Amino acid sequence: MTGNSRAVVTLPSDTQILITREFDAPPHLVYRAWTTPELIKRWWAGDRGEVTSAEVDLRPGGRWRYVMTASGGFEVAFHGEYQEIVPAERIVCTEVFEGMPDAAAVSTVTFTDRDGRTTLSVLVQHQTRENRDAHVNSGMEGGMQESMSHLEEVARSLA
Amino acid sequence: MARAATTTDAFNAVSEPRRRQIIDAVAAGERSVGDLVILLGLPQPLVSKHLRVLREVGLVAARDQGRQRLYRLNGVALKPIYDWVKDFEGLWSERFARMDSVLAELAQVTPESTQDGDHDDR
Repeated sequence: MTGNSRAVVTLPSDTQILITREFDAPPHLVYRAWTTPELIKRWWAGDRGEVTSAEVDLRPGGRWRYVMTASGGFEVAFHGEYQEIVPAERIVCTEVFEGMPDAAAVSTVTFTDRDGRTTLSVLVQHQTRENRDAHVNSGMEGGMQESMSHLEEVARSLA
Repeated sequence: MARAATTTDAFNAVSEPRRRQIIDAVAAGERSVGDLVILLGLPQPLVSKHLRVLREVGLVAARDQGRQRLYRLNGVALKPIYDWVKDFEGLWSERFARMDSVLAELAQVTPESTQDGDHDDR
């Protein structure tokens, strides 16, 4: 198994979120788990609810929409449109939280092969810092530019 | 999370790239204003201005040593920022832990040599 199994979230700029994680599986399988509706239903809600719907029209111009019912009972939905698809390598799509319909982001998901393992990175590009901040706030239970990851390490060491 | 409109909390204080550079510098050890001027290549009045903001929100503390004032990081003040990101990070960690289970199953069903049928991937 991977030595670092946690997601790593950094904020590379005022309008971006970068999520990375290594998987003990080759890119074509990670890609499959990422894009197959019945598989998405098994992971996308995390421990915070249940995915009630996952629609995926996996082609440029095709749309996607995920709906989850959070443990608190409320419903959360996201949708978007695929802009670029390179199977098992890269997906670029728009992403809109339906609770904030004006705050569209563009996500670039990259699947990088490392000797049969996969480094997954999700770069979310927002239009404004406010939208980016709201997205980070959306942890559903509920720094900042190029050196943010550094700050996080510092904070982590002191927490 | 509610945010103050002006630079009155750590969130706003670290939104300025130069101030993050100062935080990085004092995180490595105590620095004088002169040290920071050299490290950052910025005019002294600007460094002093940023230090004042960082002190006001508690991110940086100072002590006098002889004729020098030395600045250091007060890491506790960064914790709210870490906590803020941590919850979002927690969601993704949960998602990825579940993906691990899905992937373990897929690896059994489709060994390396087998093509995936339902997608165009290799």
